[in-house]
Amino acid sequence: MAAINRDDVAHLARLAHIEMSAEELDRMAGELAVIVDSVKTVSEAAGDDVPATSHPIPLSNVFREDVVGHTFTAEQSLSGAPDAYEGRFKVPAILDED
Amino acid sequence: MTELNSTELNSAGLIRLSAAQLAAKLAAREVTSVEVTQAYLDRIAAVDGQVNAFLHVNTEEALAVAAEVDAIRAAGGAAAEELHELAGVPIAVKDLIVTIGQPTTAGSRILEGWHSPYDATVIKKLRAAKMPILGKTNLDEFAMGSSTEHSAYGPTRNPWDLDRIPGGSGGGSAAAVAAFEAPLALGTDTGGSIRQPGAVTGTVGMKPTYGAVSRYGAIAMASSLDQIGPVSRTVLDSALLQEVIGGHDPFDSTSLTDPFDNLVAAARTGNVTGMKIGIIKELHGEGYQAGVENRFNESLELLKEAGAEIVEVSCPNFKYALGAYYLIMPSEVSSNLAKFDGVRFGMRVLPKDGPLTIERVMAATRAAGFGAEVKRRIILGTYALSAGYYDAYYGSAQKVRTLIQRDFDAAFAQADVLISPTAPTTAFKLGEKLDDPLAMYLNDVATIPANMAGIPGLSLPGGLADEDGLPVGIQLLAPAREDARLYRVGAVLESLLEEKWGGPLLAQAPALGSTSTTAGGSN
Repeated sequence: MAAINRDDVAHLARLAHIEMSAEELDRMAGELAVIVDSVKTVSEAAGDDVPATSHPIPLSNVFREDVVGHTFTAEQSLSGAPDAYEGRFKVPAILDED
Repeated sequence: MTELNSTELNSAGLIRLSAAQLAAKLAAREVTSVEVTQAYLDRIAAVDGQVNAFLHVNTEEALAVAAEVDAIRAAGGAAAEELHELAGVPIAVKDLIVTIGQPTTAGSRILEGWHSPYDATVIKKLRAAKMPILGKTNLDEFAMGSSTEHSAYGPTRNPWDLDRIPGGSGGGSAAAVAAFEAPLALGTDTGGSIRQPGAVTGTVGMKPTYGAVSRYGAIAMASSLDQIGPVSRTVLDSALLQEVIGGHDPFDSTSLTDPFDNLVAAARTGNVTGMKIGIIKELHGEGYQAGVENRFNESLELLKEAGAEIVEVSCPNFKYALGAYYLIMPSEVSSNLAKFDGVRFGMRVLPKDGPLTIERVMAATRAAGFGAEVKRRIILGTYALSAGYYDAYYGSAQKVRTLIQRDFDAAFAQADVLISPTAPTTAFKLGEKLDDPLAMYLNDVATIPANMAGIPGLSLPGGLADEDGLPVGIQLLAPAREDARLYRVGAVLESLLEEKWGGPLLAQAPALGSTSTTAGGSN
């Protein structure tokens, strides 16, 4: 498996929407390289015949009746929002104008 | 448990009673809930300046609930009889669990000052039982850590030695209970965050079977591993609390519908005669501190004398557990924490320069709002889930999860419960492992397998390590849905150990600050 480098971390940080300074990228790349190295034995542990487990206790789909249950009022939903306008979340521009 | 005579029922004596003892005295109307709750609030005021277990103290509401319970008891009649057994017994809540009327921070800057518009299911259940909520306890940011040093609000300190860590991520809940600032607390356990703090603070911590307690309202870290559970000073108290918070919840689709054996009855009628208790070969010995190993062996001897048969089992795939956990958990973290984007809740930070687009606002908000460990795990998870690496990392880790479950299945074919030290070492010094993430992760080596398999695990105090005089935890594991078995065995081991010590282990903890419990602390 490939080692993780500074460019990888910069790319991942963009994907994860976390701004990182140059020093932060350097430090993070070093730390993650050690962690990734230590977990790579995992890929050698199980053969193709071993099924994957995504959940500890086997469960089938859980359904409920299609009726309106508890809902929040707009006021409740917006109570912790950093910015709101006329009952809606107010956000900065989705698209860069220029 | 020590009997207390009436002269000891001042506030210093009250705060040392177990929840079960408090419940009995409240029911007998020997004390009022206001007296009990005030005694704890005074204790918090007196010592929390040193311990920093609480992020928020809920004085007014706690006293109001206490007064309500007292009024119902005083009036008598049907309403008094219908009161829950723990009505009037106060409790602290890990600040990962959302509460109406109190802030919820998850130990993060990004949620500073945020108030939830709803209560977690476990909080609704505490309210229904009329248990006064003393406040919200400190934790590693979003429950990511083993020392509570990753809290954005400063570390919690271990009441046994204020220069040492209280474990994590639930260091606040464990330290609050160990420092007699609360008789009970709620924790959450994703890889050991209830049990490891219990071990290093000399308290009891229980991670129930996955799905036994609703996770609705616990801010999700890794949804397939997270579990809410009790923190207490006695095994019986954890059983009492799990009975309050457990049960099916339609708001949590992973909540189990199965009925469980009565947990309190199991704790009250502890018995190990004829039981097979399995030592997990891979979870002791090399890498475990000598004092931890000694206390572990001592517990084995006591269980043997009490009539249990000790067998050795092997779980060869546990050597991959830590690695698989550090792929699965961050993967789920990277997804679960995507919602903290400065749009719907919490802080919003605008970039210093350049265009003000939402993408750049998100990136600036998350950069300022998240601490280093959270960022590390989000990046690691994003990596493990990215195209080209998914099969090698996340896919392989999920297969390891199957192997770990098979190891447990084989082990439980040979033994009724399994036993190990809860953590490889006693509490380390604050700052000692802060710059070495991998060393920090190793603290969870014995607790992670239970989360990977969804089985219940209980940690109880096993004594003090010879070399440093600090608490050692003993972990018991049982098959899924067999939580009662842990309380049955745990209660026996606890009573044998307390007989040997001449009382609870916490009686040996050093006094904190001014030992008086009168108000006037710095909080």
